[in-house]
Amino acid sequence: MYLFVIAAPLVAAAVAFAVGSNERRPLALLAGALAHGAGVAALFVAPAPDRPGAWLALDAMGAVILLTITLLSVAASVYAQGYLRRRADRDNRVFVGGLLVLLSAMTTVALSHHLGLSWVAIEITTLATAPLIYFNHNARSLEAAWKYLLICSLGIALALMGTFFLALSGAAPGGPRSLLVEDLVAAGPALSGPWVRAAFVFLLVGYGTKMGLAPLHSWKPDAYGEAPGLLGAILAGGVTNLAFLSIARVFQVARAAGEDAFARDALVYMGLLSIALAAVFMVRQRDFKRMLAYSSVEHMGILALGIGIGGGAAAGAFFHTVNNGLTKGVLFLSAANIHRAYGSKLTDEVRGAARRLPLSGPLFLAGFLAVTGSPPFAPFFSEFAILYGAIGAGKFVVGGLYLAFLAIIFVGMGATVLGIVQGDPGDAPSVPGTSDGWLSAGPPLVLLLLVLVLGLWLPDGLRDLFASAAALVGGTSWE
Amino acid sequence: MASLLELAFILVVVIDLFVLASSRMGAAIRVVAMQGVVLGALPLLLAPPGHPLGHYVLLAGGALAIKGVLIPWLMFRAIREASIRREMDPVVGFVPSMVLGGIGVALAFAFSGRLPLPEPAHPFLVPTALSTAWAGMLLVVSRRKAVNQVLGFLVLENGVFVFGLLLSGFMPMMVEAGVLLDLFAAVFVMGIVMFHINREFSSLDTEKLSALKD
Repeated sequence: MYLFVIAAPLVAAAVAFAVGSNERRPLALLAGALAHGAGVAALFVAPAPDRPGAWLALDAMGAVILLTITLLSVAASVYAQGYLRRRADRDNRVFVGGLLVLLSAMTTVALSHHLGLSWVAIEITTLATAPLIYFNHNARSLEAAWKYLLICSLGIALALMGTFFLALSGAAPGGPRSLLVEDLVAAGPALSGPWVRAAFVFLLVGYGTKMGLAPLHSWKPDAYGEAPGLLGAILAGGVTNLAFLSIARVFQVARAAGEDAFARDALVYMGLLSIALAAVFMVRQRDFKRMLAYSSVEHMGILALGIGIGGGAAAGAFFHTVNNGLTKGVLFLSAANIHRAYGSKLTDEVRGAARRLPLSGPLFLAGFLAVTGSPPFAPFFSEFAILYGAIGAGKFVVGGLYLAFLAIIFVGMGATVLGIVQGDPGDAPSVPGTSDGWLSAGPPLVLLLLVLVLGLWLPDGLRDLFASAAALVGGTSWE
Repeated sequence: MASLLELAFILVVVIDLFVLASSRMGAAIRVVAMQGVVLGALPLLLAPPGHPLGHYVLLAGGALAIKGVLIPWLMFRAIREASIRREMDPVVGFVPSMVLGGIGVALAFAFSGRLPLPEPAHPFLVPTALSTAWAGMLLVVSRRKAVNQVLGFLVLENGVFVFGLLLSGFMPMMVEAGVLLDLFAAVFVMGIVMFHINREFSSLDTEKLSALKD
């Protein structure tokens, strides 16, 4: 089954590259995403037996992330049906094929327990994404694609160095001599401490670049600002979560090797820095897609913070990967609809979106409320679990700063979002034929309902899944 | 054998410094190709006697083909298409960047003896790897021409490759092949993006890529 969920999108990608018709090709995307989704559902219903030493396995952490990726990619591929029909002017061969390759590489990262294989797959996600950012074929998207490619490649080269350091830490005679997470964790204290620490630094910087933690986030506003909205949703909810997963796996090893105090400090500092920086750039942000990019920097910071604090905050962090991923889907897809309807993504030119787009406007507003942690949406509960964890661990300064930054972000982001959604569209620029349809507003609506349901009622199975994911990095459930 | 190995490591480091100091792109690409060829020879020179050679031969062949031939060929194509010869105005000058590179080499050779290696390795291996990676980073951040930034990325990856030779005894073949192929694909994608940059701006100067900022 593992091979099926990796191969199904690849087969669909091959079909997409082979199909000649621009109109039919998006159906390959839908088919690939649905086949992948069915495979993941089967994995959840009947988990494959664990084989010791296997490179691919589904543990609780991987399951949490894989669930988010699957939901997002199905939503995005439904959305793409309408989007690509509107963009019939563009050849979508590379876009559809690239998205499917990206889905396959993302699945590989989620399932991989071999750090070398994870590296290879993460690099493939970078390479598959760069042409997608350039979908609009203009100077701005070209600049964004180049910066993305260069900065992420640098990061990924450092991550490879870190992976080698980690291999070296267990290379002594009698050591594990392996890059399987299980082997490294089992060897634990036998690993060489200095190399584990060096490896953690390099991998945190490398995958942190991919995740978009400050100060390594500089590609993010450009890429998210210029990429099509559905790609933004997949990057902000899928690829960045996978980079987080990879850092969590390395943290697992560092913890087993007895280096967790050092690693926790690094994660808490980078997390707080990311949230603070997002707060600074989010206030008075004029471009609402760039604003979403800074929101992504913020939430990646929250994830790093959650793991760094540990205890119940770790379970909160894994809950938050799902909440942030799905909410980012709502925000990017509804923002894309607004962008299209006005032909602009600047706050000076866009107003009254709730009147002009009776679904996407309110969805954007609801997505904002959800992502900034307003009850009863699910991110409120995960962000609260992290705060509760910080206070429970006696980190009052960290908890206080976290709360203060979140408040600034709420106000800053709120000003921008309300300016867009409220008011009278009047003489604001408009593009004909861009009203809300089910294909454009349906996927974000479904994602928002999911975020709402997770806030009102969290199934016990999921709660246990977050707790066992947290247990892998030394955390507990949040109650 | 031992002196040949030392010569190879020294050659790799000298090439780092040469690339940092050179403004001519053709020359820079040519010496980086040479670095790739030396890197292709290293796995064979380092192979422990008595081991089956198959793994090392494949690694050497892959490195030689990708780092020594394919990528330099792509880069030559890129500068021919864009008809550029030299870097005019780097962010950090040629002499300062070479001095910085030299400092990196000196530090790497002075301190890497203190790193606790789990197994004895050739004393030049770790410092060569670290100083090459450092030179690559310097190139990427200090040059404005896209071709030179890609060349820097390649030198950085060469440094990582040298470090990886410490582990070739137990790194699975599939991972090494994946790393090499990923590198090739990365440069290939960068090449395509460069092609578009050249068409869009009639230049490969990344200075022109400055519309996006806060």
